[in-house]
Amino acid sequence: MTRTRGRRRPAARAYGVAAAFLVAATLISALVGAADLNPVATLAALLDKIPFVHLPSSLSPLDRAVLFDIRLPRITLAIMVGGLLSVAGAGYQGVFRNPLVDSGMLGASAGAGLGATLAIVYLSSLGPAAVPVAAFVGSLAGVMIAYLSGAVASNGTATLLLAGVAVGLFLTAVQTYLMQRSAQDLQQIYFWLLGSLSGATWQQAAEILPYAAVSVTIVLLHGRHLDVLSVGDEEARALGVRPARVRLVVIAASALAAASAVAVSGLIGFVGIVVPHLARRLAGPSYRIVLPLSLLAGAGFLVLADTVARTVVAPAELPIGVVTALVGSPVFVWILRSTRVVGT
Amino acid sequence: MSAITIDKVTVELDRVRILHAVDAAVPEGGWLALIGPNGAGKTTLLRAVAGLLPYGGAIHLSNLDLGTLRGRGRARLIAYLPQIPVLPPDMTVGEYVLLGRTPHLGYFSAPGHGDRQKAAEASERLDVTRFAGRRLGSLSGGERQRVRLARALAQEPRVLLLDEPTNDLDIGHQQQVLELVDDLRRGRGVTVVSTLHDLTQASQYAGHLVLLTDGRVEAAGAPAAVLTQDLIARVYAARVTVTADPGGHPVVTPVREQPPTGH
Repeated sequence: MTRTRGRRRPAARAYGVAAAFLVAATLISALVGAADLNPVATLAALLDKIPFVHLPSSLSPLDRAVLFDIRLPRITLAIMVGGLLSVAGAGYQGVFRNPLVDSGMLGASAGAGLGATLAIVYLSSLGPAAVPVAAFVGSLAGVMIAYLSGAVASNGTATLLLAGVAVGLFLTAVQTYLMQRSAQDLQQIYFWLLGSLSGATWQQAAEILPYAAVSVTIVLLHGRHLDVLSVGDEEARALGVRPARVRLVVIAASALAAASAVAVSGLIGFVGIVVPHLARRLAGPSYRIVLPLSLLAGAGFLVLADTVARTVVAPAELPIGVVTALVGSPVFVWILRSTRVVGT
Repeated sequence: MSAITIDKVTVELDRVRILHAVDAAVPEGGWLALIGPNGAGKTTLLRAVAGLLPYGGAIHLSNLDLGTLRGRGRARLIAYLPQIPVLPPDMTVGEYVLLGRTPHLGYFSAPGHGDRQKAAEASERLDVTRFAGRRLGSLSGGERQRVRLARALAQEPRVLLLDEPTNDLDIGHQQQVLELVDDLRRGRGVTVVSTLHDLTQASQYAGHLVLLTDGRVEAAGAPAAVLTQDLIARVYAARVTVTADPGGHPVVTPVREQPPTGH
């Protein structure tokens, strides 16, 4: 069975590349920033946290606080958000058989935006904690409305995608109206809309962890089913797969993944398109490999993007959504030019 | 005993009746060809047997009522290749053939060593092993049909349903594909039900023909009984002569009226 082994090797290599990329991005992000941390001491402090490893580190208490209370929670959140957005994007792409679908489509981003705006405008008395919850609920509600409107019209995936566009436009219109009425909140709303991981805390990471774990696990378990869907509904059914059920489960799980990410990061676009595309380039089109690979590579990608966001115009920060869009739009065009899109 | 018995099967799509109480049967390891003009209901009948649309009446595989089976259970017995496949251009031939193992896998399980073995055997049988690493988008028409048959064979079905398997192929590749299907039928005892446009090929490869028009069975039986000049003229509104090939199979030849001569 040399044939099988020959196919597995590129997958293993791709996992290796993605893992190395993630580790490198994490180290760079831990070391770079306003406070200049000594690399050796930082590495020692990090390794010291590994069970049974005891390394003395010369890091000062202040540097230690910067590393463990500011940079590491932010890196952790970037890893989670990047992985979630990439897995959600890849999941949607499998469902819609189209590599240009993003995690924010199907009303997810628009719903989150409207939810956050509502919370900022009307629920400011509850404090900042209301915003992520509202964004989370809004994102899921957006997808649900899009799915129901699309499913009522027909079973076609193209219809569903267009229903998502329509629902998104509607929700955005409502949000724009709200924004126009409440000029005093505009800056805060824009800050949220453009996406940011500044102010990341360990608590935020812990809060989204259950949703992240469940949703990612479900999507990853459906890689093989998405591969079967790629031969069309008719043949997938003849192979004993129920396309409508697979679509519903993967859409629901992807929506949950994207909503968990959006809740703590705001709107970060293009990650869900760029990362799965690079994964396909590295390891071929099978979702059994593309999904876990996107999880790893997406984590590294967002850690790097966030490092860029907080360093290039220091001491100010670029919104991370701007960084991913600047990288993502050209890649989007590149995919358009290089991919043969299979009709649905 | 018949492998497949189609008993008064009726199909309605969008409230239009497509099939009217169609009867047909084919013995174990036999080849049944569905013939008839465009729109006669051939594909619809094939899809009904594949369980892809609701129907009235009954379809049995030996003693088993196929209407009682769902999804994977049916797919373990019946492989179906539609006329126009969706072939993801970047998927490799090896991955595609392995998809044939889908009905044999649990919902959360991945293909194991045994499944890869079965897929490899199917590839070997249809001589596609050497391009296992090639992408589907790079295959020629004839290679494509062989790869699709390999996937169907990896499914280990008892029944193979083929919708116009020779579509888009030149005459040599048409014969090659039909011979491969016949090999599987003889070698594995797979029962074949196919639609075929070419009446001569239907007579040469299938032992049993069912001629459909407007969703009804117009004639059924051995090729020599079904493929008569009068019947073809009436059903297809075509001018043909029917002769016999050296093997005694009817050969249907289109005839053109002599065009006016002169300048």
